[in-house]
Amino acid sequence: MSITTMIHRKLNRKLHRNFNKQFIYTPFRLSSSSTNLTNTENSNRKIEKLLIANRGEIACRIMRTAKRLGIQTVAVYSDADRHSLHVKSADEAVRIGPPPARSSYLNSSSIIEAAVRTGAQAIHPGYGFLSENADFAQLCEKEGFTFVGPPASAIREMGDKSASKRIMGAAGVPLVPGYHGHEQDINIMKSEADKIGYPILIKPTHGGGGKGMRIVESPKEFVDSFLGAQREAAASFGVNTILLEKYITRPRHIEVQVFGDKQGNVVYLYERDCSVQRRHQKIIEEAPAPDILSDFRTRLGQAAVSAAKAVGYHNAGTVEFIVDTLSGEFYFMEMNTRLQVEHPVTEMIVGQDLVEWQIRVANGESLPLDQAQIPLSGHAFEARIYAENVSRGFLPATGVLQYYHPLPVSPTVRVETGVEEGDTVSMHYDPMIAKLVVWGENRAAALVKLKDSLSKFQVAGLPTNIGFLYKLANHRAFANSELETHFIDQYKDDLLATPKDSASAEAAYDAAKHSAALLAACICEKERTLLKKSPPGGLPVWYTHPPFRLNHHATRTIELEWENEYHDNTSEHLTLSIDYMPNGNYLIKMGENSFNHLEATVTHLGDHDFRVEADGISKNVNLASYVMDQTEHFHIWHGSDHHHHFKQKLGLDLLDNLETHDHRHRESASHPPGTVAAPMSGLVVKILVKDGMKVEEGQPMLVMEAMKMEHVIKAPSSGIVSGLQVTLGQQVSDNSVLFNVKAA
Amino acid sequence: MLGFLVKTVRSTTISSPRRWRLSINAAVLTPSISRDFSSGHNVLPDGIDRTSDSFIQNSTKMESIMAQLQSRIRQRILDVAEGGGEEAVKRHRSRNKLLPRERIDQLLDSSSSFLELSQLAGYELYDEPLPSGGIITGIGPVHGKLCMFIANDATVKGGTYYPVTVKKHLRAQEIAANCRLPCIYLVDSGGAFLPKQAEVFPDKEHFGRVFYNESIMSSEGIPQIALVLGSCTAGGAYIPAMADESVMVKGNGTIFLAGPPLVKAATGEEVSSEDLGGADVHCKISGVSDYLAQDEPHALSIGRNIVKNLHTAGNEGMVNGFQCTISDYKEPVYDVNELRSIAPTDLKQSFDIRSIIARIVDGSEFDEFKQLYGTTLVTGFARIHGQPVGILGNNGVLFNESALKGTHFIELCSQRNIPLVFLQNITGFMVGSKSEANGIAKAGAKMVMAVSCAKVPKITIVVGASFGAGNYAMCGRAYNPDFMFFWPNAKIGVMGGPQAAGVMSQIEKSKVKKEGIQWSKEDDDKFKGKFIEAYDRESSAYYSTARLWDDGIIDPADTRKILGLCISASRNRPTQTTKFGVFRM
Repeated sequence: MSITTMIHRKLNRKLHRNFNKQFIYTPFRLSSSSTNLTNTENSNRKIEKLLIANRGEIACRIMRTAKRLGIQTVAVYSDADRHSLHVKSADEAVRIGPPPARSSYLNSSSIIEAAVRTGAQAIHPGYGFLSENADFAQLCEKEGFTFVGPPASAIREMGDKSASKRIMGAAGVPLVPGYHGHEQDINIMKSEADKIGYPILIKPTHGGGGKGMRIVESPKEFVDSFLGAQREAAASFGVNTILLEKYITRPRHIEVQVFGDKQGNVVYLYERDCSVQRRHQKIIEEAPAPDILSDFRTRLGQAAVSAAKAVGYHNAGTVEFIVDTLSGEFYFMEMNTRLQVEHPVTEMIVGQDLVEWQIRVANGESLPLDQAQIPLSGHAFEARIYAENVSRGFLPATGVLQYYHPLPVSPTVRVETGVEEGDTVSMHYDPMIAKLVVWGENRAAALVKLKDSLSKFQVAGLPTNIGFLYKLANHRAFANSELETHFIDQYKDDLLATPKDSASAEAAYDAAKHSAALLAACICEKERTLLKKSPPGGLPVWYTHPPFRLNHHATRTIELEWENEYHDNTSEHLTLSIDYMPNGNYLIKMGENSFNHLEATVTHLGDHDFRVEADGISKNVNLASYVMDQTEHFHIWHGSDHHHHFKQKLGLDLLDNLETHDHRHRESASHPPGTVAAPMSGLVVKILVKDGMKVEEGQPMLVMEAMKMEHVIKAPSSGIVSGLQVTLGQQVSDNSVLFNVKAA
Repeated sequence: MLGFLVKTVRSTTISSPRRWRLSINAAVLTPSISRDFSSGHNVLPDGIDRTSDSFIQNSTKMESIMAQLQSRIRQRILDVAEGGGEEAVKRHRSRNKLLPRERIDQLLDSSSSFLELSQLAGYELYDEPLPSGGIITGIGPVHGKLCMFIANDATVKGGTYYPVTVKKHLRAQEIAANCRLPCIYLVDSGGAFLPKQAEVFPDKEHFGRVFYNESIMSSEGIPQIALVLGSCTAGGAYIPAMADESVMVKGNGTIFLAGPPLVKAATGEEVSSEDLGGADVHCKISGVSDYLAQDEPHALSIGRNIVKNLHTAGNEGMVNGFQCTISDYKEPVYDVNELRSIAPTDLKQSFDIRSIIARIVDGSEFDEFKQLYGTTLVTGFARIHGQPVGILGNNGVLFNESALKGTHFIELCSQRNIPLVFLQNITGFMVGSKSEANGIAKAGAKMVMAVSCAKVPKITIVVGASFGAGNYAMCGRAYNPDFMFFWPNAKIGVMGGPQAAGVMSQIEKSKVKKEGIQWSKEDDDKFKGKFIEAYDRESSAYYSTARLWDDGIIDPADTRKILGLCISASRNRPTQTTKFGVFRM
């Protein structure tokens, strides 16, 4: 060991100690790491301009590091992203095609052309899209661009899940029993499945992110699932080969972050637990994995390093293991040959900037730290905030971010986002809005921060999973680290269902009423500040506060519809009456009995921010409002877990005195019984029925694809199909009528 | 003659202005004491001694007077169960109709003020209760334009017109015409109350005048808008028919000269009221109405929209010739709620009117005019809600000098287009040989002439007594103040009850004596007692307001607000030039 290395280690230990006291998310320390440079490769060609072949938060994330390193950035964008944040954040931006990913972000030649035109020396693929496309990596290198990622050979080997398992098996990495053969005949596959025993997991050999995956509980479901998986794999990855695996009933998903350099060094940066998933996609990740022994951690890490070395890996990678919580065994699942969505949790516990590592390794530098130097400090969580309909089985949602106020960032709270208020979450890409990353001294401390941050993360305009994440973070089993991949399924009654017993339903209703009361007070106060600023008609004396009434006080009525987010499509009508008190307060009354009158003192702090004192408690209240479809929407946030959504019908069209009036205004509400409407916007990829066909309840009728996921639309009841209104390949919008099923 | 007759109650205290000043009661401090409070030289002193017995007694009495006002308003006006009757309200609501004040609230700009007029009209006037006279009137802004609202209350006798209903409707139209305020009629009325047709129909100021006023106002460019929210039968049908624009609610709104029963009786035709005069008929076939509303909220939004599109009216007179208003004005230095304690309950006790002025004008700043002359009338300039005003307030009976000073001040304000505010607490002009010889009648005549002819906005608040010719000189009802309000403690009459009783008993005694009959002390007391009782009843603010001798009883603490609203409303009209008649010199 050289002297400089020893000095460095001491330095690093010291740093590590400080690190424990006060974590600061400091991107990689240039001074200390430079001592470690071996400079074996004559890297006279350093990256000075980097093209990011991606969009959204990851593109923004990569640019941030690049900028700090003085590297110029080039964004690419599809027509749908012309005005998005990643385009604005880049020094230069190049249009690469129309919205569909196939024609833009997956279009290798357009991206290479963009790099040529802007003179970038390197291409960072981000995650998703072309990040694990070996051909693309190869193309980059062939065209003279540095690919900020692993060698094409490693991508290829790890990308083929069957091949990778063979290689891993040879390298002595433990594997789940399964079938990874080339023979894809359905009958052979079925017999292999029978051999392994049910439940069976069907997986496309290429791709990831849970796309195309199916769990088959019994032999009779096999054929349908197999064909569906093939179709989805073909649509997403262009390859439809499938592998089979034993399905582990109570698994934990633990993955190890590895990093290699071009000199052949590979280290692991500890593990992440990504067990909490829905639809096979992660939503909360954490690092390190809770409740594992350091010996187990080392074994995992070493297995991951062996896996990486077996394919000559360099740059960032993740080796995923499935941990059988019953036996305590771990098996290799796959290796993701890219920087992952959840990489920030690792960054938070090791205090390193992995994107910087990627760039430096791509530049030919050695790894900045060796295994023993890598600190492990505290605990980090990442919560993925998605536009989705939690109550509709987490279906992706689209819409406009009418109001977007993520909480302020700090050294221990990161918000990774690629959107801004007013942006549209379209159906073309992943509906993730942001990643919330928090760090704490230990898991409990980090969890406190996670809950607090979630309660302050404010999004309105489209449905999100924030409330769901908040519930999840507050669940005792989560607090107790009882993690496994079926977590959400197992606790769905607590996490998803509407309050079953009347007591909690009543409590939820009371909370909504309290929010409605605060909202009413804030609406009045906001109006008052507005009127004070610019009284209509130049008549300030007529708009003083409280409004004058002779020998009594002014009152007003506000009618609201409470959107019960866990009761899909249900809303409660609330009528609030507000008295303007002589002292300027608002007295809010609602209905009869249960709700006590609430007297509120309101101060309008700014645009959306209020301070409200009621019942002797004064607190911050935030309000978002926007108009959509003739309805004014209000969102209110206050206290730790109160976010409510209310709607208010705007007045009728003023001069609309046509006969059709009533009809038009009442129709939009719901469809007649038997109508089947699209649960989300998407593409019709398969139509399984015809008009006049007799169907059974629950029978698949058609298949829609949205966000690269297939959704089967089933018959709501037995009957005859009529009024089929869609054709294959048609784009349909959310809630549009697809067909009717009439009782035979 | 009686009008100028004043029986002074404490003759010693008013024998001369100078002595009166010295004997101001203990509740009034001398101005120098609270000078420290002031931020400017013109800030009025506090003017009250909160520890004095008289102040405490007065506060206690006023408390019960205010409690009485509140309970009367609550019980008779606002508590609908007591108002139109629980049954009537229930029936009304079952037709998806709102109560008249709710309708007005929906028309008004959100969070805006509404100056309701003659809230207690009809109070104890008829054998049966007639809350608010069966009609709600008042002023408020719609899309930033001030409008006069005239809304029938169908829960009170089916919205029919009693004599006082007609009077209140006409008074609202009079104010609208004066101030050039667009009129919004919320029609829901069965027409004239037939049993009292003789007091409702035939005379000049009866029902027909409603439509006359509509025509004249329309001709003068003051918009007339009718929202037909219920029935408009017989004469009532002309309210929307005469309007510039009208809206009808499908199902609830009907307009016909004769309802189905009368049609059947007259022609034998059997027809439903909807087919006879419903919204469909009138909006599609007859053209009697212009806008068809699906329901009441829809009608009210259409109504708001009509006002929004009034491009000519409403604002044209604004700021016309008046000094501009200050938007960043100060509130009074002193608590306006103290007016509730200052309001005089014993009209024999004098107090400094400046303590009231200090609580109604901006920053309590008052630039007094002729402070040292004719001191029983306080005159001066101030602002209320940023709007310039000239204030005249009584500090005792009017003497020659006070009347001349008042005349002078009114001339000044007329010349400069400054609205006048009269704070009445007046027992009359000074009587006695010295006074008569000084030509008090001549001085009084000058002030009456000035008040009559001044064309600037005039607003009268009766804070205490309103007796005799003092009422005239201080712009009583006959002198066409744009608005006139009473404090609940105030009294109005040709003279005080005891004074009138004294005069009458003198006359009666001499008559009886001529007949040689003994007139005992008991006889005298009994005679006076009856008189005083009747005078007390008839001089009360409630008696006055029930008959529309004013525009309403107000909480003293609201005086500043109401003055602000009234001045704003009356400034809506263009400036008029004042021309005085012949002053007797």
